[in-house]
Amino acid sequence: MANVNAGHHDHHPDQEELRTFAFWIYLMTDVILFATLFATYIVLQGSTDGGPGPKDLFQMSGIYASTFILLTSSFTSGLAILAMNKGNRLALMNWLGVTVFLGASFLFLEINEFIHMVSEGATIGTSAFLTAFYTLVGTHGLHVTLGMGWMIIVIMQIAKHGITPVTKRKVNIISLFWHFLDVVWIFVFTIVYVMGVN
Amino acid sequence: MSKQSVHGTTEQHGGHGSLKSYVIGFVLSLIFTIIPILALENGWLDSDKRLIIYLGAALFQFIVQLFFFMHLKEEDKPRYNLMSLLLGLFIVFLIVIGSIWIMMYNMVAL
Repeated sequence: MANVNAGHHDHHPDQEELRTFAFWIYLMTDVILFATLFATYIVLQGSTDGGPGPKDLFQMSGIYASTFILLTSSFTSGLAILAMNKGNRLALMNWLGVTVFLGASFLFLEINEFIHMVSEGATIGTSAFLTAFYTLVGTHGLHVTLGMGWMIIVIMQIAKHGITPVTKRKVNIISLFWHFLDVVWIFVFTIVYVMGVN
Repeated sequence: MSKQSVHGTTEQHGGHGSLKSYVIGFVLSLIFTIIPILALENGWLDSDKRLIIYLGAALFQFIVQLFFFMHLKEEDKPRYNLMSLLLGLFIVFLIVIGSIWIMMYNMVAL
């Protein structure tokens, strides 16, 4: 009975929800960016110019570890949303902190992998395959790096302002971004690594 | 279930998912990661047929992320997020399949 006017709000989405939708549109442009990088990688995959190929370079145990780390971080950013909806500010900040830590672990493994590959003579200029590989995987890594910095800033804003409609929207958006990075990684994992060494 | 946010109090407004749905999503995402790893490490089927397992697992993984984590299903009625996603996927399909198709007939590259 208290909600007789609830239907009235149907056609007046609030500003915060529109901003979330606008971010979703940005994500779709990011989808297209990654599609071009994937297309390039798939086309150039075999062009190793006599240099090392996927089977010579990829060390799958590290890739498995980083995949599980990223999946877990997607889950912990979800737990942050749950904590936020319950109004638990400390738990929200902690789960976002855990997510940043997992993101840093992922990045650490990725940088190590790149250093290892370069030390074996597989640099970005060695072959078309490696150019496409470093560009695709590196662009994803760059997104993870930006996401971490962004999440730290959001944590600072929550510390300062608490859980408000504005900080809520910011947490929803960074969480959406983080899940999106996980989605992109699924395809990097499958198309680049698993199918590469198959 | 999908229209809860319209009638909810301000506190519930925009509140998506429950612990249960996140845990289910997480467990499913682990399963769809472990399947391709097992297929690769144990050499299930032959290497061509294994590709179906890899791509199938990736597709399910994608769906799990969209529905359990990104809450695509819980969106209110004019489903703009879904529409823009479908447009995005259409463009992805054109770019990826189109590039492969063109390069297959590129005799210079071969």
